[in-house]
Amino acid sequence: MSKTVNKSLFGITLLIFLALLTSGCDLIPGRHMRDQPKLKPLAASTLFDNRRASQIPPANTVPRGEWYEFMSDEPFYTGRQNGEFIDIIPIEVNREVLLRGQERFNIYCSPCHGLVGNGQGMVVQRGFKQPNSFHTDQVRSQPDGYFYDVMTNGFGVMYSYAARVHPEDRWAIVAYIRALQFSQNVPLDSLPTEDRQQIESLVE
Amino acid sequence: MNQIFHPSANVIAKASIGVLIVLVGVLSVFLYFFVRSSWMTGVNISEPQPVPFSHLHHVRQVGLDCRYCHTSVEEAASANIPPTETCMTCHSQIWTDAPMLEPVRVSWRDNVSLEWERLHDLADFVYFNHSIHVNKGIGCETCHGRVDNMALPMKVNTLQMEWCLECHRNPAKYIRPTDEVFTMGYAETVPAGHDPLVEGHELVAQYGIEVGRLDNCSICHR
Repeated sequence: MSKTVNKSLFGITLLIFLALLTSGCDLIPGRHMRDQPKLKPLAASTLFDNRRASQIPPANTVPRGEWYEFMSDEPFYTGRQNGEFIDIIPIEVNREVLLRGQERFNIYCSPCHGLVGNGQGMVVQRGFKQPNSFHTDQVRSQPDGYFYDVMTNGFGVMYSYAARVHPEDRWAIVAYIRALQFSQNVPLDSLPTEDRQQIESLVE
Repeated sequence: MNQIFHPSANVIAKASIGVLIVLVGVLSVFLYFFVRSSWMTGVNISEPQPVPFSHLHHVRQVGLDCRYCHTSVEEAASANIPPTETCMTCHSQIWTDAPMLEPVRVSWRDNVSLEWERLHDLADFVYFNHSIHVNKGIGCETCHGRVDNMALPMKVNTLQMEWCLECHRNPAKYIRPTDEVFTMGYAETVPAGHDPLVEGHELVAQYGIEVGRLDNCSICHR
């Protein structure tokens, strides 16, 4: 075997070994590309005393810009006008909004209030204080803003859902609650004749 | 002048080349499996956490939707690890004296974060975004497995690049309708005789997913 062949064989082998070393960068401790000096959401950080990378906004502050929006549309953001609950849903209610409301209701409300709003959700069955059913005259007669306010600020043992459900979605949920209430309280006369006869035949 | 090497040195020199090649081969095979082993990837290993949180209990038994806690999964890169407030929404009223939940109560009382051990720790040069996946029909369980069966949190996929590319090169195999994204056990609900791959290709087209672009470097590395 000639000298040059031996040399190139040696060179190739060396290269293979070097390539293997670089492919193992992940294995080397202090891997700086992998763990860069930046903070991901909700990571721990030594920068602040409370060890949080994601800081909580100080109390009684609103994000820059949102204050004007908030002030310009108080009923939408608070469910109140001049201190009184509004009795109107300040967004357009259509099929899409109702379906969105249903989805959000099922995610955030149904664990306690139950899928039909009777207050018999799974968490209640496990010992949580039973909330009022939505299907009582007392709750039915509450203005729309009242439901929005309860979601926003909490009520009794119910915590605020303001951090979990956006204002638009809260109104969509109000719309869906109204649909639920209607579904359990439809006057018999308002039904088409066919449906009414069917129900009457069931009652007899 | 005497020869330094005995004639047998020739044989040894040649043999050592063969041995070297075999060694490189063995080492390569070893590394191939080693970097994919649980020991390296953390797959199917549960880490000690401040509270032994059970998704099995909260998802399967109580029936909570993923989004009840992971509130930003539909609109942000991070799915959100819930704040202590979310835990206390229920646990201020139920299981209030369970010793297991003491760290939660301490966190709430003293306003100190619970420090969970991160299981899905992507390299910092990967910019993963939950919302785009969830809104384009990639189900939670596709990456996170049957979370509703996990008594302790665990990761079931390696999150290695080859694993990402497997789907980025053929999303039709993994996609599902967007209203089934949060469903656990979706595959079992698909009717028999129904080819998911056909539906997959339809969904890819319907959701405007440009398959050819999904394996561009800059899709994930910025």
